[in-house]
Amino acid sequence: MAQFNLKVNGKEHQVDVDADTPLLWVLRDNLDLVGTKFGCGIAMCGACTVHVDGDAIRSCSMPISTLGDKSVVTIEGLSADASHPLQNAWREHDVPQCGYCQAGQIMNAAALLSKNASPTDEEIESAMNGNICRCATYNRIKAAIKTASASV
Amino acid sequence: MTLIKTSYNRRSFLKVSAAGSGGLVIGFNWLVSCSPSAETAIKGAPKEWFNVNAYLKIGENGLVTIMSPNPEVGQNIKTSMPMIVAEELDVAWKDVVVEQAPLDTEKFVRQVAGGSQSLRSSWKGLRMAGATARKMLMEAAAKQWQVDASTLTTSEGVIKNAKGETLTYGQIASAAASVTVPEEVELKDPSAFKIIGTDTKNVDIEKIITGKPQYGMDLKKEGMKVAVVLRPPSFGAKLKSFDDSETRKVSGVSDVIQFGNKVAVLGNTTWAAMKGKKALKAEWEQETPAESTEYHDKQMMALLGTKNGEPRRNDGDVDAAFKTADKVIEKTFEGPFLPHNPMEPMNFYGHVTAAKVDLIGPIQTPERTRRQVSELLGRPETEIFIDMTRMGGGFGRRLYGDFVLEVAEISKLSNTPIKLVYTREDDMTAGIYRPASKYKFKAGVKDGKLVAYHLVGTGINGNGWTRENWFPAGSIPNYRVESYGQDSNITTGAWRAPITNFLAYAEQSFIDEVAEEMGVDAVQLRLDLLEKAKSDPVGTVDYEPEKMIGAIKLAAEKANWSATEDGVSKGFSAYYSHNSYVAMVAEVVNKKGQPSTRKVTCAVDCGIVINPIAAKNQIEGGIIDGIGHAMYGDMTFVNGAPQASNFNNYRLIRMGEAPPVIECHFVKNTNDPTGLGEPSLPPAGGALANAMYKATGQRFYKQPFMQQQIKLG
Repeated sequence: MAQFNLKVNGKEHQVDVDADTPLLWVLRDNLDLVGTKFGCGIAMCGACTVHVDGDAIRSCSMPISTLGDKSVVTIEGLSADASHPLQNAWREHDVPQCGYCQAGQIMNAAALLSKNASPTDEEIESAMNGNICRCATYNRIKAAIKTASASV
Repeated sequence: MTLIKTSYNRRSFLKVSAAGSGGLVIGFNWLVSCSPSAETAIKGAPKEWFNVNAYLKIGENGLVTIMSPNPEVGQNIKTSMPMIVAEELDVAWKDVVVEQAPLDTEKFVRQVAGGSQSLRSSWKGLRMAGATARKMLMEAAAKQWQVDASTLTTSEGVIKNAKGETLTYGQIASAAASVTVPEEVELKDPSAFKIIGTDTKNVDIEKIITGKPQYGMDLKKEGMKVAVVLRPPSFGAKLKSFDDSETRKVSGVSDVIQFGNKVAVLGNTTWAAMKGKKALKAEWEQETPAESTEYHDKQMMALLGTKNGEPRRNDGDVDAAFKTADKVIEKTFEGPFLPHNPMEPMNFYGHVTAAKVDLIGPIQTPERTRRQVSELLGRPETEIFIDMTRMGGGFGRRLYGDFVLEVAEISKLSNTPIKLVYTREDDMTAGIYRPASKYKFKAGVKDGKLVAYHLVGTGINGNGWTRENWFPAGSIPNYRVESYGQDSNITTGAWRAPITNFLAYAEQSFIDEVAEEMGVDAVQLRLDLLEKAKSDPVGTVDYEPEKMIGAIKLAAEKANWSATEDGVSKGFSAYYSHNSYVAMVAEVVNKKGQPSTRKVTCAVDCGIVINPIAAKNQIEGGIIDGIGHAMYGDMTFVNGAPQASNFNNYRLIRMGEAPPVIECHFVKNTNDPTGLGEPSLPPAGGALANAMYKATGQRFYKQPFMQQQIKLG
């Protein structure tokens, strides 16, 4: 066990965990930020997507020891009052079914839009290809991203 | 309006109590989190709640809480069930908050998520719950005003008398709680519905898009340990011995417990328990045969050739008809095992103490599970409490409470509150799969008519592989259906649209081929057969040909079935399942040298559509799910061991592979609603296979299609 300092959603935290503990489990078990989901543990489904210095990262496969002083944003910190254009678009299109993958979908889409404010369909498909939705709400996710991109 | 007796469901209207005696005092946090907050007009929790019946309570400020009795697995029942209650209660949806009811068999019937039956079986009860409460509120108001209740009207939670005076539901709720439950209530005419039939957003959307805890996986309790379990690596293997010395060295591992054929590692955190499990060394011996896919294939092929078996249905004489037929077409279709793969891996919380057993988590069948836990622990059901969390998908996997039994046993042995967590590998390899199956179809054509049809179905475990009284039963004079099962130690179970998730594709592909051989349009052949089943059926049938005709005609019309377009290949499919009728046209185009579904046009008869925006979500999801598994889904076995374990070696459909356009059209009627969690899936694979045939000239007899070398024609 070792001590690690990390900045999540603008707040400083200190945790005492094994160096190989994935960021996902630090968020969920140590910081009680459970919006970031466990899906596969091998970066193949995207449910655990968070932002690390603005990039979409699969937190299940990022050991806490490699985080350094980079800052983390999770679904809980995406916006102060659930008003991010993607959150608004998710409401408008009533995207979710079971909902479990949606935090990862939104975080991945937010990273996409921050780098490319008006992605084409192909760019959306390519960027979102790593995020599985088992309920297959893909078309609504795509439509919501397009709605949000119009207002970013 | 329809008058309806309340007595048959009288248990649901157990006496009523005002605040003080039985009025519920509830924590505030649920209110913020459960309501679609942006839309809630009444701010803040009421000071008092009045229980009107098991389904609803009304606050003195007019806020209404409606219980959603059935488990929410993504089928949106937690929104649509309360909509029905709110409709008959006649309140504004913005003044409603929704709460998941716990398992309570005294108050609710069939708290199951499965078989697309939640709405169908609860429709009348939910309407009655709302209508009964409305009547009691009106009677209380009538008493206060000293008028006859029949002179009163309601609108959006306000009661009005002939003089124009008003009372809100909140103002009269206390008095209504002591009104005798009426013997009979009036239900609205569907033409008067204001909430039903209106797009209504998911009541949990705020929690979902802000990452609030609501899934079993998110649960955390004081003193709780996380358990991760080592299970046999192959079916039929038995634990010989294990060495936990490395496991116990992992920081955060608190205990290692053997139970039956499994070993649980308990940790202070999920990661500690997962690491501890990886460090376990175990030896196994094969106790029952180690089966492989190759073996299953041989066994099933042999069963398809069964001679003189007992038919499940036998009209006319197929053998004689085949002998005199002008043309006989025979094809075999093969489907693999499939894991369910809900995005939230299996998990459950359990705390077994001397006083009671608390169980919390994602389960589609809480009632059956409580019974099984009762048997396992030798404890009465009255000591076992199950709370249901929102489920991160189920697709049938969470019908089986094996993981609840595991957590109960681990908690009992460790004397600790436990959250059991499956890794993805555990989830995909621990069993309960859609069983592999095979079907042999044979059709005989004489004088341009389909005169004989013989279907033999077979699969792993069980023998109900066919739906012999569904289409095309009733439409063909010589018709025979047989079904045979092959037992296996690989555990199998229901998978979204059991049996028909594969049978429908096979049948609808075969019908397409028969139509081609007959030189008849694929839609026309179905309509001709259904016309016969409707007007002059052979024997009895368990579907309504008229409704199927309606769905087929609507889909063909909306998709412009008879029009041709360069570079576009259309495939048709129609199927009845779970009491709903679905027809669809898939359009395949060439996308960078590969066939790609650009559009699916779908027509559905599911009776009254409760919540159109959510209904379409279910239909879209079912179609993409059907296409995805037809294209990619595959689970094979070698020496009893599952050959896929995670999403690096098991392929699920992703965004770029989903048809980008899905159009849903509903057959408009006022029939009682039927379910939508499953019915759009079964026909999807057939529509795809038939469109791919037109695009490539290749028939697809085996799933997953991707294993076949696909060449564009």
